[in-house]
Amino acid sequence: MAKITMTVNGRQVSGMCDDRTLLVHFIRENLGLTGTHVGCETSQCGACVIHMDGLSVKSCSILAVQAAGSSITTIEGLAKDSELHPVQAAFKAHHGLQCGFCTPGMVMTAVDMIARHGSSLDEATVRAELEGNICRCTGYHNIVKAILAAAAEMGGLRQAAAE
Amino acid sequence: MYQTNYHRPSSIQEAVKLMSGAAEGKYLAGGMTLIATMKQRLAAASDLVDLRHIAEMKGITVNGRSVRIGAATTHHEVESSAELKAVCPAVCALASHIGDPHVRHMGTIGGSIANNDPAADYPAAMLALDAKIVTNSREIAAADFFTGLFETALHDGEIITAIAFDAPARAAYQKFPNPASRYAMAGVFVARRDNGDVRVAVTGAGSNGVFRHQGMEAALAGNWSPDAVGNVSVDASDLLTDLHASAAYRANLIKVMTKRAVAAA
Repeated sequence: MAKITMTVNGRQVSGMCDDRTLLVHFIRENLGLTGTHVGCETSQCGACVIHMDGLSVKSCSILAVQAAGSSITTIEGLAKDSELHPVQAAFKAHHGLQCGFCTPGMVMTAVDMIARHGSSLDEATVRAELEGNICRCTGYHNIVKAILAAAAEMGGLRQAAAE
Repeated sequence: MYQTNYHRPSSIQEAVKLMSGAAEGKYLAGGMTLIATMKQRLAAASDLVDLRHIAEMKGITVNGRSVRIGAATTHHEVESSAELKAVCPAVCALASHIGDPHVRHMGTIGGSIANNDPAADYPAAMLALDAKIVTNSREIAAADFFTGLFETALHDGEIITAIAFDAPARAAYQKFPNPASRYAMAGVFVARRDNGDVRVAVTGAGSNGVFRHQGMEAALAGNWSPDAVGNVSVDASDLLTDLHASAAYRANLIKVMTKRAVAAA
């Protein structure tokens, strides 16, 4: 057993776990943050995507002890109080989901994608970068629409803030 | 996953020492293969020695045309290095097509090379670029490093610390990814130097792992154009046959990928 400490959604948390415990299980079971989903657990589906030190990673393929000392953001850390993050709002507005199981991973992937590409994000890049996220309902069209809309809106917000 | 003991050294010396004290230890880089393998209980490391927090193993240095990439550098860092792109964009492009963005944020060049998966992309680049694999105790030429399926010249406890190569005049990598796994069913890295030296390295297809194709190299040394490989024969007898593709199909893919790589270089 190891005692590990990390920052999750801006709050320092500690917990005991086996060295073999996966980060996704630590997040869900020790911290009670069940927004991060376990889908395939073989690194294919992306339902477990979170951000570690600012970059998207698959939390089913990382040990919790590997993440000790890092800064983690999960889907629960995106919204500010009752105000949805622009990517969450765009998924709602464009109906970028059906059953919703893949949505936390999709949203975390989209936030990372927009952070790296900004408002210059185009459809081909969005589709290529969704390589690691599987949705078995939507056929991806509305997910892609939502991500592009969020990228444009966030670019506009950044520009407005700069002016 | 079986029980394991995790260690986080901050120097290469500390990592080697931790490994020497472990019963059945494994070095852990990005873990994108090792953790998955351990989850399936196909590997059971008594100890994991994490190499992600060793500063001297990170980063990319470009000096003229000489390139050094720290072994703990992630695929994402390789893909997005402006310095590397300026001298050898083929390696950045190769890194940008490994796995998916999340895997590229964790997976490292050293981990990929040490694992020597027969369908991994980096081994082809190492061989075609005549790279040196730098370890904590020596330098190994890529030609001597990849010794078979998942087999390398590394000794027990030896750590890849960096890879080094001189950027060629032209280079490109093209792969035909398996539609499901996205691993290369055949991937070809071509490199041409100013002195006319040409190397063609093939991954994903050889039954003994990555290899150079002398026939392609000779044809392209005489005429650096996609058409030059049209009449080169690719012997299918040493190629992999599995449920994804027969050896004959892979032989044809090698030719097509070589043509595309030369066109792209």
